[in-house]
Amino acid sequence: MMASLSRVLAVLMKEFIQMRRDRLTFAMMIGIPLVQLLLFGYAINTDPRHLPTLVELGDDGPAVRAIIQGMETSAYFDIQGMIAPGETDDALRTNETTFILVVPPNFERDLLRGEQPDILLDVDASDPVAAGAGAGAFPQIVASATAEYGSGAAAAATPVIHRRYNPAGETAMNIVPGLLGIILTMTMAMMTSMALTKEAERGTLETLLATPTRPLEVMAGKIAPYVLVGAMQVILMLLAARYLFGVPFLGGAGAFIIAVALFILVNLSLGFLFSTLARTQMQAMQMTFFVFLPSILLSGFMFPFAGMPGWARFLGEMIPTTHFIRAVRSIMLKGADMADVWPSLWPLMITFAVIATLALTRYRRTLD
Amino acid sequence: MTGIAIEVEGLTKRFGSKTVVDDFSMAVPKGAIYGFLGPNGSGKTTTIRMMCGLLKPDSGTGQALGYDILKQPREIKSRVGYMTQKFSLYGDLTVRENLDFMARLHALPDTRSVVDAALEEYNLTPRARQMADTLSGGWKQRLALAAASLHSPGLLLLDEPTAGVDPKARRDFWDRIRKLSRAGVTVLVSTHYMDEAVQCDFIAYIAYGRKLIDAPSDEIAARVGLHTWRIEGKGLQPVQDALEKADGVDQIARFGSAMHVSGKDADKLERAVRQFEGREGLTVSEAKTGLEEAFIYLMTGAEDNFS
Repeated sequence: MMASLSRVLAVLMKEFIQMRRDRLTFAMMIGIPLVQLLLFGYAINTDPRHLPTLVELGDDGPAVRAIIQGMETSAYFDIQGMIAPGETDDALRTNETTFILVVPPNFERDLLRGEQPDILLDVDASDPVAAGAGAGAFPQIVASATAEYGSGAAAAATPVIHRRYNPAGETAMNIVPGLLGIILTMTMAMMTSMALTKEAERGTLETLLATPTRPLEVMAGKIAPYVLVGAMQVILMLLAARYLFGVPFLGGAGAFIIAVALFILVNLSLGFLFSTLARTQMQAMQMTFFVFLPSILLSGFMFPFAGMPGWARFLGEMIPTTHFIRAVRSIMLKGADMADVWPSLWPLMITFAVIATLALTRYRRTLD
Repeated sequence: MTGIAIEVEGLTKRFGSKTVVDDFSMAVPKGAIYGFLGPNGSGKTTTIRMMCGLLKPDSGTGQALGYDILKQPREIKSRVGYMTQKFSLYGDLTVRENLDFMARLHALPDTRSVVDAALEEYNLTPRARQMADTLSGGWKQRLALAAASLHSPGLLLLDEPTAGVDPKARRDFWDRIRKLSRAGVTVLVSTHYMDEAVQCDFIAYIAYGRKLIDAPSDEIAARVGLHTWRIEGKGLQPVQDALEKADGVDQIARFGSAMHVSGKDADKLERAVRQFEGREGLTVSEAKTGLEEAFIYLMTGAEDNFS
């Protein structure tokens, strides 16, 4: 038996012809590596810099200014303004800032007296990767800024780092709530789009439409089981988070349920929209991947959101998963309530309204 | 409206710039078996879909069982049984589950006994628990017919129901169609098989989206006005070659050791075929024009007009 080169070539040519005709697959093959390359190359930064920082100024003077100057030049911190003493908790919980520098009253005086006063850095450590580098650099910055006040080897001031929400710096704390968003994105959007496309692909949609069944009845009946599946996934993951990884659940159950319900709706309507665009289940799956990939990379799930350049953060803000992950992390790890996560909830509502409208206008009531 | 099950007037449907059905009109008497014939892509499926409200015609009007096909698709859908060309029930449901599902979609009272009766009627009871995907072609069609007639529709629209089914299964299927027809159900059925066409009470032949003829099936040949002679014997090829150029011969169909020579002009045709009469091994006789010859003739004429 001899392999015939001409037959191999015949198969090869046929494969190329088919590849070129299947536009979506072709786009996947070219687009996904390109997108990944660009995102990993330019957007993703595992050593994030310029994280938002606020200052609670209990005292002011040359030493304080030197410390703030030192923090800015280190590039880890981006000093964005002042904060009043009572507002620090809120600012951290609502993701307004990552760091708060707390300068205690009489800091300059105590420094001059050689009392080695404390200077405090409040850190949102819920994402240990994002906050780690800045927190790590802080003692060195304080030491060099106050070197002239010290005597010999002893430090002039005592830097105190207060890691909030995740004192042990465990990555599981951050990953597990984020995973909730990723899993829901993956399964909800993909399962609905595939289940709906399946009817059209197999021709059973024609059977359904030939009965007096209303399109809305078909939709409701098809989507309801997946809402249930989504709810089961959430419950399972919450239990695993609690008992396997010891992830706390500090916030309000009401805010959590609303966030989850909204997010499931967003993804179901997204799946519904894909099903109106895709002709085959394969295409529906590929479309889901186009959304899934940026959802993993740009949502702050894997890589710190604050570490990305402006354009990548802008893109990230367009992704529903970003807002959901932000809300769920705040609720679970920081004890946020409804009012705290509202900035993440309204974008989800708008996304849902837009996607659902698009999908419903595209849905065919006849076979036209 | 008594006596008429479907009546459509000037139905037209375009997909993009292509006119798939063009000014189509027809009337189907109640209780009749109406054959819908025509080449592939002639617009049969599109016409059937418009009749049961699955597609909206671009223009034209019509009624099915007294309901407007444009304004009352839901009333029509609950009284019409539609069987798609491709098997379109759920392959991963069992026979019973499929029927049960259809019964519920039609909101039939007492689903269980309706499904039981249908299983019995179509001899599907032994296969009730079998997955629909694992049925052979003939059984799939039988299940599809059972599903389409589950809600006792007054009108059945069957789109090439026997395509790709073996001869025995096809005969069984037609026995059932006739039985439904005797019970008063109107049947509109599209097919490519001539042996099925002759079983229809009426036939409409369409090509390129237009109806070319519409008549009781036994009058089709006469309406087309074609005359046919049969030449039988050995060594027919040179005879065919000669006749193809002869005046008065419009078409020739070969059947093994015989051929049918047809033409519109009876005298010219007779003169053309008579020249072979008496040749050794050949018999020449006048024959009845069959449906197939009539349709091929219509089709060839249509091609000249449209392409």
